[in-house]
Amino acid sequence: MKALYFAWVRERIGKDEEPIEPPAEVATVSDLIAWLSARGEGYAYAFERPRVIRAAIDRAHVGHGAAIAGAREIAFFPPMTGG
Amino acid sequence: MGAVRVQAEDFDAAAEARALAAGRGDVGALVTFVGLCRDEGGRLAALEIQHYPGMAEAEMARVVAAAEARWPLLGVTAIHRYGTLAAGAQIVLVAVAAAHRGEAFAAAEMLMDYLKTDAPFWKRPRRADGALEDWIGAKSTDGDRAARWGAADRE
Repeated sequence: MKALYFAWVRERIGKDEEPIEPPAEVATVSDLIAWLSARGEGYAYAFERPRVIRAAIDRAHVGHGAAIAGAREIAFFPPMTGG
Repeated sequence: MGAVRVQAEDFDAAAEARALAAGRGDVGALVTFVGLCRDEGGRLAALEIQHYPGMAEAEMARVVAAAEARWPLLGVTAIHRYGTLAAGAQIVLVAVAAAHRGEAFAAAEMLMDYLKTDAPFWKRPRRADGALEDWIGAKSTDGDRAARWGAADRE
């Protein structure tokens, strides 16, 4: 699957997007945040307050309990500030 | 069916609004809202607006569909820009046509409330001296404003 990052999540991680292959036990968005956080300092910094992080699977908002199985695209970003 | 556009280019708010009523006699109310880039007392030169291509359009379309399901609207156009927008520039347009003003005002307000909380756009101010400030944080009042319209419109 592809992970995408936006706003300060993108800057802290230092990447716009990347292919990821989490192991099978990473079942939910919350699991994936924990798994990504262990990948390095930038990730740990980006996800240091997991509760503020929003996620979208295949371009639809999801909660942290959502299953990631079958997802093609998972995005992480701070609360939105459009309009 | 409402029209949704996400674009770098500017838009002509008056022309967009006129187009909603052109050639029809049933539109009695046309509400246009335009959000502009403030300079915050001369401190800011521009906003850098980042978006999630694809999802931005999808979320705006979802919000427009929710408004159309809630009120008998005769036309909706929503446009959101991205990129570097100088102070004074137009950022967002919501234009709503309806038979009566009540639903046109209400739908325009709901659309803007939801665009702020649900459409994947992020703003970062650039100061007049050229330096980038931190990303703007979401206001808790934005969520409160969106919540007024009921959880049924969200997943």
